[in-house]
Amino acid sequence: MAAVAKAVLYLAVDLHPYAFLALFLLVAIAFPIALLAVAQLWFRFFQPPKPSPTKQDAYECGVAPRGDAWIQFKAHYYLYAIVFLIFDVELLFLLPLAVAFTGLPTGAWVAIFIFLFLLAEGLVWAWHRGHLEWS
Amino acid sequence: MSDAPTDASSPGPLSAEERDELRRHGILLTSVQELYNWGRSHSVWPLNFGLACCAIEMIAASMAKFDIARFGSEVFRPSPRQADLIIVSGTVTKKMAPHVVRLWNQMPEPKYCIAMGACAISGGPFKQGYNVLKGIDRFIPVDIYIPGCPPRPEALLHGLVQLQEKIRQQPLRGPDAPRHLRSDLACDATVPELGAEDIEPPFSPELWKPPTLVRPDKA
Repeated sequence: MAAVAKAVLYLAVDLHPYAFLALFLLVAIAFPIALLAVAQLWFRFFQPPKPSPTKQDAYECGVAPRGDAWIQFKAHYYLYAIVFLIFDVELLFLLPLAVAFTGLPTGAWVAIFIFLFLLAEGLVWAWHRGHLEWS
Repeated sequence: MSDAPTDASSPGPLSAEERDELRRHGILLTSVQELYNWGRSHSVWPLNFGLACCAIEMIAASMAKFDIARFGSEVFRPSPRQADLIIVSGTVTKKMAPHVVRLWNQMPEPKYCIAMGACAISGGPFKQGYNVLKGIDRFIPVDIYIPGCPPRPEALLHGLVQLQEKIRQQPLRGPDAPRHLRSDLACDATVPELGAEDIEPPFSPELWKPPTLVRPDKA
C-alpha cells in the first residue's frame, strides 16, 4: 500500500513539481467522504436508530431543560460597545497615527478624520444621553 | 496444529489459536466482527463526569502517572453526544440520580457503564443514608463493577481493560448481539423524579428486583 502511494507520488512529481499538492487535495477530499459513506452504510444496514424525547432534548448538563432554547438576548449592551469603541479602540488607532503624523498622504488624513468624527459624534451622543454618569 | 485439517479442499473455520499462529508468521486473517470490535474497544471515550472522591482517582488515572491514554480512553468528552462510556465515579445521591440517568439517555449507542467504587455499586458506606441511591444499577444497566473505596487508578484501568474484553466478545448477529445492533431493545432508561419522600420510581423494574428473603421455616 505504502509502496503504491510512493510510486503515484513520484509519478505526479515527474509531471509537475507541485502536482503532489493536487494529489493531497484529492486524498483530503476523498478520505472523509469515504469514512462518512462507510458510517452511513453501517447506520443504514446494521444499527437501528433509537430516538427518544430525552435523547433529542437540549443538553443542559443532565438537568431537564426549561422553556425554549431559542430565546432573545437583551440588546441593551450596545451602549457598552459604543463606549468601548470610543475610549479603547480609538486609542489603538490614534497611537500609530501619532507615530506617522508627518508623512501621511491626503487620502489617509481624510480616512482618519472620518473615523475620528464618527467616534466624536458617538461621544457627544453618549454624553448628551447621560450614559457617562455613574448612578 | 496436529489436529488441524490438512485437506485444502475443506479447510473449515480456523480456531483462535490457529489464527494467532498465522499472525506470528505475518498472515493476518480477520472478520468484520473482529475488526469492528477491535476498533471499538480501543477507542472507548468516557464522559467527563465525576461525582465524588472516586472521580479524583479517575482524574489521576487520566494523568501522566497512570495514563489512561495507553488504552485509548484519554478523550474525556464534555458532551454525552460524543461519549461511549459513563464512569459513575462516586456516591449517587437521590437528588443527583435523575441527572445521571438523563445523561445516560442522552448518550448515543453503543454505550457502556462502569460503576466505580462501593457507592456506585451499592451505596457503600452511605447505604443506610436516607438520601443515597443504593447502586446505580437500579436505573442503568452496568457493564463493569469496580469495587474499592475508592478504587485505585490501576483498578479503574483494569476495569477498562475488562470492558474492552467484553466489547471484543460481542457478536454482531443473533440473540447475543449487543443492544445497539438490535431494534427490539430500547436504549432508554427510566428517568426517576424527586417525589415527596423518595425518588419515583425507586428503581427501574426491568433492570432490578428487590431481593426476596427465602426463609424455609416460615414457608
